[in-house]
Amino acid sequence: MVIGLSHYLAVAAILFTIGVFGIFVNRKNVIIILMCVELILLAVNINFVSFSTHMAESSGSNPMAGQVFALFILTVAAAEAAVGLAILVVYFRNRGNINVENIDLMKG
Amino acid sequence: MFQTISLFAPQLVLAFFASQLLSTGAFAKRDISIGVRNFSIFVLLIYSVIGFILGKPTGTAFKGALVIDDFSHYMNLIIGLSAAATLALSKSFFQIEKLDRFEFSILVLYCTLGMSIMVSANTLLALYIGIEMQSLALYIMAAFNRDSLRASEAGLKYFVLGALSSGLLLYGASLIYGFTGSIEFTQISEAISYGASPGIIAGMVFLLCGLAFKISAAPFHMWTPDVYEGAPTPVTAFFASVPKFAAMALIARLLVGPFETIVSQWQQVIVIFAILSMFIGAIGALVQVNIKRLMAYSSIANMGFALVALSAGNESGVKGMLIFMSIYVISIIGIFACILQMRIRDGMVENINDLAGLSKSNRSLALVLTVFMFSIMGIPPLLGFFGKFFAFVPAIEAGMVWLVVLALIASVIGAFYYLRLVKIIWGDESSHEFVEAPKTLRTIALMSSLLVFPILILPLISIPTQSLISRAASSLF
Repeated sequence: MVIGLSHYLAVAAILFTIGVFGIFVNRKNVIIILMCVELILLAVNINFVSFSTHMAESSGSNPMAGQVFALFILTVAAAEAAVGLAILVVYFRNRGNINVENIDLMKG
Repeated sequence: MFQTISLFAPQLVLAFFASQLLSTGAFAKRDISIGVRNFSIFVLLIYSVIGFILGKPTGTAFKGALVIDDFSHYMNLIIGLSAAATLALSKSFFQIEKLDRFEFSILVLYCTLGMSIMVSANTLLALYIGIEMQSLALYIMAAFNRDSLRASEAGLKYFVLGALSSGLLLYGASLIYGFTGSIEFTQISEAISYGASPGIIAGMVFLLCGLAFKISAAPFHMWTPDVYEGAPTPVTAFFASVPKFAAMALIARLLVGPFETIVSQWQQVIVIFAILSMFIGAIGALVQVNIKRLMAYSSIANMGFALVALSAGNESGVKGMLIFMSIYVISIIGIFACILQMRIRDGMVENINDLAGLSKSNRSLALVLTVFMFSIMGIPPLLGFFGKFFAFVPAIEAGMVWLVVLALIASVIGAFYYLRLVKIIWGDESSHEFVEAPKTLRTIALMSSLLVFPILILPLISIPTQSLISRAASSLF
């Protein structure tokens, strides 16, 4: 069996779905939410890189752009994780735990 | 050389001074937050007018990553002025709450830099970088009061849902890249004009869902009330005004740029967002007692009205959106300048019943707040009426009378809670008096209430403004 573009896209779509569901279904721990966010971004990266490698070079298309985009996503994801963990530390200091069920001070 | 630099001079000014101020603040021996704030306001004012001073250069910079046209000049002007106004609002609040740190002004500068990249984005990469630059600063600003549980919870909620929205946006971007072969808006537009495959439509929907989070359009609005309530009030004022307008401008640029040939596809998505936002905003606000939560639902409803204008999908639609959002930003800054004056001796109060008897205890604040409520409701002599008028006319011209009827029903429902606020201010018995507000707050509240007064209808002011907005809208096509 030849592994083609559609296989990569299927893997990425499955990872993306797991990530999105993980954010909403998970009721335990905020860290798991952060992991799900990373999963979503990795799914996107798989998409970009596989599109990029399977793209024919022609006047209208730009195969390198996808790989450059993937590198940018990696960089920004690192910054985003740093900011997210910093906010999480601040929250933990005020609350004493990071259970998702307890993040309900404000609602309505 | 000079021509290229003059194209992205606004961004350059912001990036340079933000970095300079950051390093100055890091090595300063004493607290320099007041100086940094004043200088940041100055930088934001320079940023907003520098495009006009340099004679409105147009073209593309960074090999087509940024496009600078009349639209981005207009957006830079509004973003810079309103960011400067909200930064000025934050002064007294942060000083009284003993939160005054110089980092806040720098976060505002970096956030504005992100927004200026957003409004002139010409590739998917520039779009993503702009949005992330803006959002990362906003997450920190939401949790800026780091000793408060509510603020850190607001920051956490905003971060989680913001990261999810970036994920959706990126997934859409990857699909569009895969099916058109390019991340540049001009080439995407060309590829789509040969026929839109289902992959492109799916990518477009994902992209719009990610952006709908940023403007808090329903059904992606769930973070808005919590974040507005938990974040410090000046930060809420910032959230409600500037990033909304920038994200709305980005949506307009996307819809009439790369996706202009598939109007019938995106029109459905925008119409659904608009209807849901208007009604969830109007009905959700009916039961709120916290004024910041109330403003959150009010902003959701107002985003719905702006999307009604955009759904026309033509030049007058974009123009209507720009007029509506400009008026919305003016009144929201004024309303928050009033909310920031709600301070009793023990601290800030946020319940709408705390406004009771305001007409007797503080008549000028009561008058200003009433003007804003009538304006945002859309009562004719005030500017809010013209905002809604210009937003709805393009939709009628595009043959969507039923959508405008729904919008009018939603604004009638919305009028109830604005009128309830007016009734509390003028009718109820007073419980306590507010302490005297600082001069900056009173000045900004007065200035924006004068702006929503029909002064702007005077030909002297309205004709140049109108032509500025028309040129901004037509430069997108």
